[in-house]
Amino acid sequence: MIDRRLIILTLLAAVCAIAFLTLGLRGNLGFVLTLRATKLAALIEVGIAIAVSTVVFQTVTANRILTPSIMGIDALYLFAQILLVLILGGLAYATLDASLKFAIGIAALMILSCVLILPMLRGRLDMGLMLLAGVVLGVLFRSLHSLIARILDPNDFAVVQGMSYVNFNDVNTGLLALASLMTLCALVLVWRARHILDVVALGRDAAIGLGIDWTKTQVGCLLLVSVLVAVSTALVGPAAFLGLLFVALAERVVQSRRHALLIPAAALIAVIVLVGGQTLFQHALGNSSTLGVVIEFAGGIVFLILLWRGSRR
Amino acid sequence: MIEINGVSLAYDVTNILSDISVTIPKGGVTALIGPNGAGKSSLLALVARLQPLQSGAITMDGLSVASTPGKVLAKKMAILRQDNHLGSRLTVRELVGFGRFPHSRGHLTAEDRKVVDEALMLFDLDDLSGRFLETLSGGQRQRALVAMAYCQDTDYLLLDEPLNNLDMYFARDLMRSLRRIADERGKTIVIVLHDINYAGTFADRILAMRNGRIVADGRPDELITTDMLNTIYGFEIPVTTIDGRPVALPFR
Amino acid sequence: MIVKANRTCLVIAGLVLAILFVASLGVGADQATLADLWQGSGGIDLLAISRLPRTLAAILTGAGLAIAGLIMQAIARNRFVEPATAGTAQSAELGILLVTVAWPAASLGFKTLVASAAALLGTGIFLMTAHRLPPTQPFLVPLFGLVYGGVLGAAATFIAWQADLLQYLAIWSNGDFSGVLRGRYELLWIGAGLVAGAWLVADRLTIMALGREASIGLGIDYERMLQIGLVIIAVISAVTVVVIGIVPFVGLVVPNLVSRLMGDNMRATLPVVALSGAILVLACDILGRLIRFPYEIPVGTVMGVTGAVLFLLMLFRRPAHG
Ligand SMILES: Nc1ncnc2c1ncn2[C@@H]1O[C@H](COP(=O)(O)OP(=O)(O)OP(=O)(O)O)[C@@H](O)[C@H]1O
Ligand SMILES: [Mg+2]
Repeated sequence: MIDRRLIILTLLAAVCAIAFLTLGLRGNLGFVLTLRATKLAALIEVGIAIAVSTVVFQTVTANRILTPSIMGIDALYLFAQILLVLILGGLAYATLDASLKFAIGIAALMILSCVLILPMLRGRLDMGLMLLAGVVLGVLFRSLHSLIARILDPNDFAVVQGMSYVNFNDVNTGLLALASLMTLCALVLVWRARHILDVVALGRDAAIGLGIDWTKTQVGCLLLVSVLVAVSTALVGPAAFLGLLFVALAERVVQSRRHALLIPAAALIAVIVLVGGQTLFQHALGNSSTLGVVIEFAGGIVFLILLWRGSRR
Repeated sequence: MIEINGVSLAYDVTNILSDISVTIPKGGVTALIGPNGAGKSSLLALVARLQPLQSGAITMDGLSVASTPGKVLAKKMAILRQDNHLGSRLTVRELVGFGRFPHSRGHLTAEDRKVVDEALMLFDLDDLSGRFLETLSGGQRQRALVAMAYCQDTDYLLLDEPLNNLDMYFARDLMRSLRRIADERGKTIVIVLHDINYAGTFADRILAMRNGRIVADGRPDELITTDMLNTIYGFEIPVTTIDGRPVALPFR
Repeated sequence: MIVKANRTCLVIAGLVLAILFVASLGVGADQATLADLWQGSGGIDLLAISRLPRTLAAILTGAGLAIAGLIMQAIARNRFVEPATAGTAQSAELGILLVTVAWPAASLGFKTLVASAAALLGTGIFLMTAHRLPPTQPFLVPLFGLVYGGVLGAAATFIAWQADLLQYLAIWSNGDFSGVLRGRYELLWIGAGLVAGAWLVADRLTIMALGREASIGLGIDYERMLQIGLVIIAVISAVTVVVIGIVPFVGLVVPNLVSRLMGDNMRATLPVVALSGAILVLACDILGRLIRFPYEIPVGTVMGVTGAVLFLLMLFRRPAHG
């Protein structure tokens, strides 16, 4: 039995996708369509990666106002790239194959997030302290990234600017195939673990009581999150609050925290917002490059509201 | 049978539990009593492998708690913690359904649903089953948590102060239900209680802790005496006999 | 005893600043060493037009931001907030952006005024919210501030994008002293005036940090002090954003470090905080000039790294006392 709300969301997502593909077609049809289809695929993939990684991350950290990016995981990806630059030297880095860079980045990110984030989760630090440290860590890595970019190439400000906010307009399509593969694998794993995630959401003691291997599950989830974050960061750049927006909306729609519902709902909403928003901005507002900023803005507001409400209780 | 052998626990330098050895045979209700901070919850958490063992060994039907996979143990024992902060927004039925997770890994079968319904019925939750946990009163939430542990349908049931927040009616009701499942289905129940008279009425055996040690161990009528209670709690408690049972009156 | 220790701190800080001052005069892209400056007459011009203003600007900025941070922490009663990361600077940025869009020909003074007003409003909103967050969770306040600042920043980016002013925004949002010349930084002296003003009311600020009830109990007009404090914070931040751009973390780490050394009596700490702020900013600016000589790295970027590291150390190292 498939939930009715999911069906509606799926239909909406399909409508958005079709509109994105077909509205205002002109010129060389085959060429334009291929171009748009590639971009559509990338958007869908980024949306899914952001939404799913946020759901899983919120579940393992037992906190509903977190996204991996707020905790600085996407900045870790940047940091991994910096490390690569430092190890290889600027020139070698610039000439390295993009897919290879991506793969090394992901591997480094997985290791780094286990090394840095796990102790924080383990130590059961005060949640506020953890969040704050995460945010500052994010600032640090971003500053470090721009510092090193400037040191390597003092004249090229574009590098630094390009990385500082999410941009859905020039998606890095070269990595699409590899990224799709990774997202798909991660998705299958998450979907198979959906019931386990439900139990993890009950908290550590309850989950162990119900027979979950806590450490293994936590590490596994973090690794999955790392992969998904790396995918979205590599494709469109850092997106701190997007995931929050998607998941908060999804929770509203399905009225449940059950992962079998929440994961597809969040992913579908992500697709609707991104693809629909992109279509809208392109055709109605004539300016699609600001979509990322607008959604980030909305996500930031959602964060503030959640923080505010959460602290009231 | 739960065998606890030479178990000690320390945080930093303070000893929380000191060399505890005790055996709890299969079947029956064992009450764990003692003043605040005696180490009751800590001991229970160790038995339920929520904390890693620092020294000593604990086995359950011969299975070492430290090395047996969590999945296997989850079908052997269920634990209710003293304080539970559930972050999730769940309905009562969903929460109780999670008790079936060790058996069905999330795909509830008809059999599972039957057990859930039965638990909801047993703890008078059927009217509340569609409500979200955060909308319940403290006592109602406590009953939902007990129902979840019950649903796990394990041979061993470890309950840390399950009577918290319950009114007199449900407290007695819960104790009676526990007594009944111990008698009729041969379950082993270890329960932390602060009301010595509940322990006296419903338990087969009482273990008393103080300062991280077991200071008394025996049948209710052996333990509920003014002298014994003085060694456990450190003050005079008059004891009378009503209907042939000892009743402590720590009210004056 | 304590007075003597405090004086020692002050003297050391002063000495360090003096050394950095001289060093800063001697470092720059145009290869003029101190010796050249001393001899040639062209050197004097360079000194007067570029190097000296730049050095003074760094000192004024650092002192101002550190004091603004100190006051903000006293008012918010939270050690982890500062104007540049809690929305004040971003509000100022938003204000100047809006006035630039609406009235491009406005004078710098007027723009600064609007930026100050915006900063006042933004900080007011933040503080109102901060006071309502539960005091049991001290980390929520700075977190709220960081994201609040981020949201305001996103709004600014959006507007700048629409108005095609992204380049300006980049200048305001990342502090940089390389454009400072004589005649272009003098607004910063307003900040110096405010620092002096803060010193006059230092005792009252110290009491304010104890909270509303304590202040009223000691006969201080709390609301009035709140307004004075807010104005100081807003104007210092706005002037800095307009002239230099956002320099993060100065107001955060300097007051905290000084507080660990000397405690929280502002009558004693305020001068040291101001000097240390100046030292930190000037040192980071010199560093930015040297790392990739002859190119320059903006002080905002250098401070982003230095400040974040110091802040993280601060978060995880337990305070020395208490
Ligand atoms: N995480 C911890 N770190 C340090 N000390 C702890 C920790 N958990 C418990 N303790 C200490 O261990 C001792 C035993 O605690 P425990 O919770 O087992 O007591 P209890 O017998 O269950 O008491 P109560 O009747 O109040 O529930 C207490 O002194 C407590 O302060
Ligand atoms: Mg206890």
